[in-house]
Amino acid sequence: MASETIALGAIANGGRTVGETLHGWVTTVDHKKLGILYILYALFFLVVGGIEATIMRIQLIVPHNHFVSPEVFNRMFTMHGTTMIFFVAMPILFGFGTYLVPLMIGARDMAFPRLNALSFWLTAFGGLLLYFSFVGGNGLYGAGNAPDVGWFAYAPLTSRAFSQGHSTDFWSLALLVSGIGSIGTAVNFITTIISMRCPGMTLGRMPLLAWLNFVMAGMVIFAVSPLTAAQIMLCIDRYLGGHFFDTQAGGSAVLWMHFFWIFGHPEVYVLIIPSFAFVSEIIPVFSRKPIFGYPVMVAATIAIGFISLSVWAHHMFTVGMSSYGNTFFTITTMIIAIPTGIKIFNWIGTMWSGKIQFKAPMLFCVAFLFQFLIAGLTGIMLSASPFNWQLSASYFVVAHFHYVIVGGILFAVFAAFYYWFPKMSGRMYNETLAKWHFWLFVIGFHLTFDFMHIPGLLGMPRRIYTYEPGRGWETWNLIVTIGAFVQAIAILIFVGNLLWSMFKGAPAGNDPWDAWTLEWSTTSPPPDYNFAAIPTVESRRPLWDLKHPEDPDWKYE
Amino acid sequence: MSSAVVPQSPAPAEWVLPSRGTVGMICLITAEVAVFTIFVVAYVFYIGKSVAGPQPKDVLDLPIFNTVCLLSSSLTIHLAVRALRNAKVTAFGVWWFITLVLGSIFLVGTGIEWHRLIYEKGLTITTNLFGTTYYSLVGLHAFHVTVGLLAISIAMILTLLGKVKPEHSERADVFSMYWHFVDAVWVVVFTVVYVIGR
Repeated sequence: MASETIALGAIANGGRTVGETLHGWVTTVDHKKLGILYILYALFFLVVGGIEATIMRIQLIVPHNHFVSPEVFNRMFTMHGTTMIFFVAMPILFGFGTYLVPLMIGARDMAFPRLNALSFWLTAFGGLLLYFSFVGGNGLYGAGNAPDVGWFAYAPLTSRAFSQGHSTDFWSLALLVSGIGSIGTAVNFITTIISMRCPGMTLGRMPLLAWLNFVMAGMVIFAVSPLTAAQIMLCIDRYLGGHFFDTQAGGSAVLWMHFFWIFGHPEVYVLIIPSFAFVSEIIPVFSRKPIFGYPVMVAATIAIGFISLSVWAHHMFTVGMSSYGNTFFTITTMIIAIPTGIKIFNWIGTMWSGKIQFKAPMLFCVAFLFQFLIAGLTGIMLSASPFNWQLSASYFVVAHFHYVIVGGILFAVFAAFYYWFPKMSGRMYNETLAKWHFWLFVIGFHLTFDFMHIPGLLGMPRRIYTYEPGRGWETWNLIVTIGAFVQAIAILIFVGNLLWSMFKGAPAGNDPWDAWTLEWSTTSPPPDYNFAAIPTVESRRPLWDLKHPEDPDWKYE
Repeated sequence: MSSAVVPQSPAPAEWVLPSRGTVGMICLITAEVAVFTIFVVAYVFYIGKSVAGPQPKDVLDLPIFNTVCLLSSSLTIHLAVRALRNAKVTAFGVWWFITLVLGSIFLVGTGIEWHRLIYEKGLTITTNLFGTTYYSLVGLHAFHVTVGLLAISIAMILTLLGKVKPEHSERADVFSMYWHFVDAVWVVVFTVVYVIGR
């Protein structure tokens, strides 16, 4: 068997030109390569979206600033939002899922490897399509370049009368194309998890990461499909002269809001559930304890999945719904805090009396717990419709959802990067640089997003390109912008650490964390075929059983 | 490279998981159901909200013959798959061909209906809300029929070339799920557009 492994390895790596290597990456259907492509693609757009955010923050650093024009500011917040959600957060989480799920359930690839490649390239070309608007958006009218309709593109702003040229078409087509890619990925995840598990890997023994990605994929199917349908309608309106969202012909602008948020709110959970998955894998390993309350974690995730499909109109309280509508969406939004709270309780329960090791992945998870809790608390505040009427579309809301997306999702993604980097690259990252990254990012994050709540409470609306002096907003905006730069420095350290460790890091070995799930049983990086022999498992922690034959987990399950 | 140690324990006596094709197709159909739901909601929401132009009751006729053809094709594709499962390749080809013909009749019938609406009744996608929602919903369904017919045609050519074997019956079965779904959607579209909406 050993000689066979070596021979296959030589075929995989030996004697390739740059062109052949590149061709191999472009035509690959291997889930590990596609996962890494997703992640690299998302990292590129993370930098692009970060630059857009920085441009906005420089513009707002002092009142009456003239760093960019109002038109450019509108394009920046539209592109920042669209990029970060569709071309950073989703691909990066899909990338980790694509890479890890087959390894964790003991499979050699996804259920449909070619569909996997198709989904990635659809997502990739969706992003290129969006950014092509910078050069191609002028169209015949000479009006506009990048889309400037906001990331939720409310009607009638998207109608031909108000969005001339092709910039909004690029926005719509980019989301349509990448949405189809996302649905393909979701189909693939669900099928892989149902049909590709190794012998003995019952649903009750699956790693939580696989379970949570399963729920996430189900939500993508229910949530992204309506967005795809709505984009088709928007294209019909814009290209064929339809009237779906044309109020002059009896169409309804509010219908677009419903369709968008039926996608938009579950989308938040599509992003946060894989983040929960990372945390659920990392906290046990660095607490040296199995996860606390595994069945409850699964049940809570499924509950979140269901409830999140019925909360969308809490984005629309200020539209003027009936009192029944307001009450219903307030209650469902508040109820979702219960399963989420159970999860936080279980993570703390896992750490409780554990032998905690504060390596970089664990530090990011601990920060995640605190910050996600606070983000949830402001979420409950905003779920109360009277409170929401006051603060909707203010910087308080901006601070709230950035607390979720940066303080929650991005911190979990950083934890995942440090935790699985040794597996993906075969080398360890630099722990000192990682700690610098962590502390600088924590400081920058809190400078920016803690203080961003305050101008919101003082009445500063979102999406304004400048503001009058003397309203008490100046100091807060200055602090927020300084925090953005601290975060940018931290991100540079992170990228530098990854690049340096990629080539100079110490060899990681198969299992640097003494972990328990199947991906650590194969080499780092894993061979093309993942496992020389398909593993069989008898408990939730197959590697624990292997390392401790005198006291295996399956005795207690 | 240190050698990897993969956990190996006695394999469970029986380890059978659902087929990939079936699970994947169920997921795809679920996503399609969500897409159609949005279009149906839009159609129902806009019934009677057109501010000008022809109304459904003025221009729409019940497409009974079309409907009968499409719904019977569900039966014929089922018989085709059953024949292939029982290794009767010729019977499969015959039933498959009838399915292709029935689906094509439906598509041509929709084309004739649209031609009449556009050139005789003056209803286009830009005329009013009814036109927009009608052509979008019926068109989305017709698009799915077209995709299905393309797939059926490819399998038909392969059958004529003698490449279809009984071991392909699972693939035919998975595809037939898609075709049944397209038929089921037509039942909804028919009810919403031609019964409730009229």
